[in-house]
Amino acid sequence: MAGVTLDTVRKVYTGNVEAVKGVSLGIKDGSFCVLVGPSGCGKSTLLRMIAGLETISGGAVKIGDRVVNEVEPADRDIAMVFQNYALYPHMSVYDNMAYGLKNRGTPKDEIEKRVKEAARILAIEPFLARKPRQLSGGQRQRVAMGRAIVRKPQVFLFDEPLSNLDAKLRVQMRVEIKRLQRALGVTSIYVTHDQVEAMTLSDQLVVMSGGQIEQVGTPAEVYRRPETRFVATFIGSPPMNILPGKVEGPGRVSVGGQTISVTDMRDGLAPGSAIEVGLRPEDVQAGAAGSSSLTMDVDFVEELGATQLFHGKVAGTEFVVQASTGQIPADSRTLTLSIDPTNVHLFDPQTTKRLGRA
Amino acid sequence: MVENRPYRNFLAYLVLTIGIVIVAFPVYLAILASTFDAGTIANGNMPLLPGDQAVTNYTRTIFEGASRTSREPVGGMMLNSFIMAMGIAVGKILISILSAFAVVYFNFPFRKTAFWVIFITLMLPVEVRIYPTYKIVADLGLLDTYTGLVLPLIASATGTLLFRQFFMTIPDELLEASKIDGAGAFRFFKDTLIPLSITTIAALFVIQFIYGWNQYLWPLLITTKSSMQTIVIGIKKMITTQDALTEWQIAMTTAVLAMIPPVLVVIFMQRLFVKGLVETEK
Amino acid sequence: MEKRALFSSKILPYALLLPQLAITIIFFYWPASQAVWQSFLMEDAFGLTSEFVGFENYRALFAQPEYYRAMVTTAVFSTAVALLSLSCALLLATQADKQLRFAHGYKTLLIWPYAVAPAIAGVLWIFMFHPTLGTLARPIKGLGIDWNPMLNANHAMILLVLSATWKQISYNFLFFLAGLQSIPKSVIEAAAIDGSGPVRRFWTIIFPLLSPTTFFLIVVNIVYVFFDTFGIIDAVTGGGPAGQTTTLVYKVYADGRLGGDLGGSAAQSVILMVIVIALTAIQFKYVERKVQY
Repeated sequence: MAGVTLDTVRKVYTGNVEAVKGVSLGIKDGSFCVLVGPSGCGKSTLLRMIAGLETISGGAVKIGDRVVNEVEPADRDIAMVFQNYALYPHMSVYDNMAYGLKNRGTPKDEIEKRVKEAARILAIEPFLARKPRQLSGGQRQRVAMGRAIVRKPQVFLFDEPLSNLDAKLRVQMRVEIKRLQRALGVTSIYVTHDQVEAMTLSDQLVVMSGGQIEQVGTPAEVYRRPETRFVATFIGSPPMNILPGKVEGPGRVSVGGQTISVTDMRDGLAPGSAIEVGLRPEDVQAGAAGSSSLTMDVDFVEELGATQLFHGKVAGTEFVVQASTGQIPADSRTLTLSIDPTNVHLFDPQTTKRLGRA
Repeated sequence: MVENRPYRNFLAYLVLTIGIVIVAFPVYLAILASTFDAGTIANGNMPLLPGDQAVTNYTRTIFEGASRTSREPVGGMMLNSFIMAMGIAVGKILISILSAFAVVYFNFPFRKTAFWVIFITLMLPVEVRIYPTYKIVADLGLLDTYTGLVLPLIASATGTLLFRQFFMTIPDELLEASKIDGAGAFRFFKDTLIPLSITTIAALFVIQFIYGWNQYLWPLLITTKSSMQTIVIGIKKMITTQDALTEWQIAMTTAVLAMIPPVLVVIFMQRLFVKGLVETEK
Repeated sequence: MEKRALFSSKILPYALLLPQLAITIIFFYWPASQAVWQSFLMEDAFGLTSEFVGFENYRALFAQPEYYRAMVTTAVFSTAVALLSLSCALLLATQADKQLRFAHGYKTLLIWPYAVAPAIAGVLWIFMFHPTLGTLARPIKGLGIDWNPMLNANHAMILLVLSATWKQISYNFLFFLAGLQSIPKSVIEAAAIDGSGPVRRFWTIIFPLLSPTTFFLIVVNIVYVFFDTFGIIDAVTGGGPAGQTTTLVYKVYADGRLGGDLGGSAAQSVILMVIVIALTAIQFKYVERKVQY
């Protein structure tokens, strides 16, 4: 098995459209890396370049120690699971899984052993003789995974493999993919636009936007300490509230005249300069007015069962608070929010970068 | 339908039945004529129920042919028609699936040019360039050959367009999966594209077989030996303007024989036939 | 529209295209350009030498009354066949579109004449209307009409129109039926709720919605009458009596083969090509769906 290294990888399409703008990334051997971002952020293009389905305009892609820029997809020792599964409709499940091995000249009994083994792991043994159209969506998904497993590749590539499934099946398959990857220990690169999938699956989370990497880290790091406003609002649901504010002094900012304390704040910010204040809906508590609190006008409440979402405004800006059901009276018209200084995120309004401690 | 009144449906059945009778009547007469002797037909009072000469007529037609006009056994003509129709159908499928594969799945200079060179041929049937084509076939020494019968008729764009249209509906991921599975262009074509195209191939085959079997002007021009005649040409030659020479019972038997293969194809492969017809015209 | 993933190879695509391109160039482009070239040449009486005469062949052509007669014949023939076969087919298709038992059987029984060769269709009809032994000629004669398509040009034309129509109904029927079945049932139900009866509904809702199909079929039928009816004409009338059922295509054949006037025949071919290209251009609205390059 092998890790994957990207060194300032670029993709420029005809007409000078730059889809990937110099991405560098190291993926450790055996780890699960998820590329997440909105559609058009370049994540799929990046994956397809690693697979060899797109030419690489600049930089280098390394699998293990080998630069694979000019290597054919079949010779890169990778396997890929596609969004629409891309099963061969005219071949049986068995032949779908065996096709790549046959093309490689693997001995027949070895093929049979590997296909049976993969079918057992994925619990699709009863369907080996069937055609893909006779299978349900979830079963097709398993066959697509089986086709990847039998190859025993260095790297698994997943291109939004769960987005064609219904919500319930998606959660179930997500867990299975994670378990399978742990068991096989194969380096995996997984593309999705779903931040829940990204958080739950990844060892290494890569948030992309506009053809560039916004942040790389463990899911916890990215959630706790978003490096840009984009990451802050993209990861987490409901998204982080962003309020316009002003620097008051070291560790102090104000929003609409109300002052709050901040733990993670860069030194030397000029008092009076504009700043953006980020607060996660789940990080604010309703409480008594104090040295670090904000007032919110409530417009309406959404019931989610275990929790409630209070929608309203703080200092004229849209704001959402998430609280366990019953914690706050549902008929509240105004709320006083006490702010824990460790939960405040600050961003530069111009560069949108985090203004935390170095 | 919104209303489902009995009398309206009765009207529909009536109209359709009349339509079917009108459509079938000429053929019924031909079948009748193939069961009588020459005298019964010639007196102008042919009965409307079959006679007893069917075996005689069909045996004579297939193995001997007409005696006064052309003396070629119709069995041989049917063989010629069959070879020509198969040649046209298979030839057209072969060249057009290859060219469509090239145009859709390869990136090369002059791709658009090649496509347009083929596409233009859609517009001009063989009839408008008949003599120059005749001259070329003659210069190539292909008169009275199956090659000469077949090749000029497969120079058209319909097949290429049909396959191109179908290939465009095959998801890109299938090719990508094949690439990752180590299949090159040839393997992808053989293992994936051909199996997926089976219905399209069959539909095109049905349409082209009928088209080939029914050719008239082209074989009329380039076949000079009677042993190379197709059945559609053969029947025309049996009917002469001098009524006395026409053996109508043989001519009508030949007509029935000429209709059987393509009509059977339409009836038994109706689904493919309709698909082929509608999609080549789309 | 293009595929995202492609093969790249220097030679293979050309090898794949070679058979089709070779056949197309040898049997299509070369003869077509020869036809254009020949239309500017005139051969001597023995076909030994030929000289460039410019538009002389065209001038001679338009000086022939026969050529104008062929145009009129073609126009009459096309109009009659198109009108008759389209209206019969539409009538049958609207009936077959109803929810009937045996609908599939009716469809099968109406579409098979498509498979009959035009020349055979002609032979069937001439047998049926043969002046001395035709089963249907007798009742006509019984009405006191001196029915004889061999001698009477009007009778010959009627016979041609009937056989060509008979052969074409199945094609038009199939396309009309497909067109009718693609009209959403909800539109018809909405019209019924708006209170329009079946006849009114047909002319105000269904017929307008079918107009793309109708338009497509009109063009196809005209092309059909121009070219595919060659076999019918050759079998039924041979262009006669006295050249009165000679259409433009039949004249190309007759002048070139029987008359040996290759230059004149080539000039006629060129004019036909122009007509077909014009028809195709009209149809381009429908064809362009195929040409997404």
